[in-house]
Amino acid sequence: MTARETTREAMRDIEPVLLPLSGIHASLRRMAALVRRYIYLLRSSGVRLVELIYWPFLQMLTWGFLQKYLAGTQNSYAQAAGVLIGSVLLWDILFRSKIGFSTTFIEEMWSRNLGNLLTSPLRPYELVAALSLWSIIRLSVSMVPVAIAAFFIFGFNLLDLGVALAAFFCVLVLTSWSLGLISVGVILRYGLGAEELAWSLAFLLLPLCCVYYPVSVLPHWLQPVALALPPTHVFEGMRSILLHHTFDATDLWWALALNAIYLAVGYATFSWFLGSARVNGTLLQLGE
Amino acid sequence: MDETAGSFRKELSARPEPSSLPVAVRGLTKLYGSVTAVDHITFAIEAGTTVALLGGNGAGKTTTIAMLLGLIMPTAGEIRVFGADMSRNRYDVAQRLNFQSPYVDLPARLTVKQNLTVYAGLYGIANVAERIACVAEHLQIEMLLDRPTGKLSAGQKTRVGLAKALLNAPELLLLDEPTASLDPDTADWIRHKLKDYARSRNATLLLASHNMAEVERLADRVILLQAGRIIEDETPKALIEGYGRKTLEDVFLDVVRGRAKPEDVESEPTRKAS
Repeated sequence: MTARETTREAMRDIEPVLLPLSGIHASLRRMAALVRRYIYLLRSSGVRLVELIYWPFLQMLTWGFLQKYLAGTQNSYAQAAGVLIGSVLLWDILFRSKIGFSTTFIEEMWSRNLGNLLTSPLRPYELVAALSLWSIIRLSVSMVPVAIAAFFIFGFNLLDLGVALAAFFCVLVLTSWSLGLISVGVILRYGLGAEELAWSLAFLLLPLCCVYYPVSVLPHWLQPVALALPPTHVFEGMRSILLHHTFDATDLWWALALNAIYLAVGYATFSWFLGSARVNGTLLQLGE
Repeated sequence: MDETAGSFRKELSARPEPSSLPVAVRGLTKLYGSVTAVDHITFAIEAGTTVALLGGNGAGKTTTIAMLLGLIMPTAGEIRVFGADMSRNRYDVAQRLNFQSPYVDLPARLTVKQNLTVYAGLYGIANVAERIACVAEHLQIEMLLDRPTGKLSAGQKTRVGLAKALLNAPELLLLDEPTASLDPDTADWIRHKLKDYARSRNATLLLASHNMAEVERLADRVILLQAGRIIEDETPKALIEGYGRKTLEDVFLDVVRGRAKPEDVESEPTRKAS
């Protein structure tokens, strides 16, 4: 028997060493496996990596130059340093995180991999947790270079928002996950025909969350709707810091409480649509 | 059909406890609105046997397998896999089974090795590198490990899909059209590997297929489905003999074209007379 044959013979006997399926460690292992899959995917395409930075960078440039132009006018709001750039960067945190969550899931459908995932020991909440974790990683890859570029090009330092920035980040990311869960649920149930929802749902918030203007601009009847959305409190808070150098933390606690409700609604919607997809047999028909 | 279901219920009670059976299905039904995809089927599979679900398009083969996997929720009935009620405790046994289907792919952009690594993580395999090397060697995909999965031929993809399905050395392997769209040589090779796997590990295989040669070669038992109902449940040999045919394909054609079984034809006048 040659050395190669001996090695082959030995390899035949290698049994899988199976780790326990239940418990927090098992859950973390499965989430890590899924995040690893997304890292492999990102690494496989330089274009994807560039695209992650490209759009937020263009947005930042456009609004940064607009801010620079307005700074020369008599309008004190427009003159306030970085309000528009700050708005666009914070908006991009919400938008990119939402897109990261939804499109990563859609990727599984494009590749017709969902059947494999959903028949594996991976639990739905682990899938959601892995998507959430990945959306933060993706967001960091996307936004950190753009925030650095904003500092060097326009002198706007996002860190000037201080500790409030961390709270703003949490509120926006949590909202993005709620939206992501709803989008993913609808796509699970109705297939890739509903894919547009992944892109457009966040835009529904754009006028209502008062990204570029104060809540007081909205008609009175619409203001309660705006205030019921967590991101509105972030953008109001950011303007308060940059324009008046004051910050009311109560608003953010309110926003976080709202987020808890939206997240619960988002997960319930996702679970309901997943159950509905199992009942209607659409999970096997998903794909390009 | 009710007689068949009845006889299987009796058979089930004579068999070991359902908890020890790899698959025990009782009164399984799937309705899509007014369309009945699977109609009150009952069967059980003992360890170490290979059972084929055979039937024409729309007979309910894929739906049955998808319900066993938890991808489709039954309208009625009960599915137990290794004794676990699949509607509630699917995750208790998820590590003991796996599946392959041509209707499900592995991510195209990832290399074969990356895909297998991800699934090894999902199935809780500790010795990832060794196990991948072992499965790759068995299925002769070592040369493909660093290639993107999307760039492989149909035959190579099938082998890679099978590698994913065998990673956790499942006691129960569910296969939906395992050799669909493969050339005869590759298909034969895959069948050989599946038979070898089942025999060497006393594994249970449930496969859905249109391919009669495949079923004749692999299956110890054939469950013939038509319009969602079990119309026959026999060994391939007994089926062929029962229909007085030479091949399973002839039997299949008799069934889908509505030709009666010879013994039924013979017994018809007696029934009328009585």
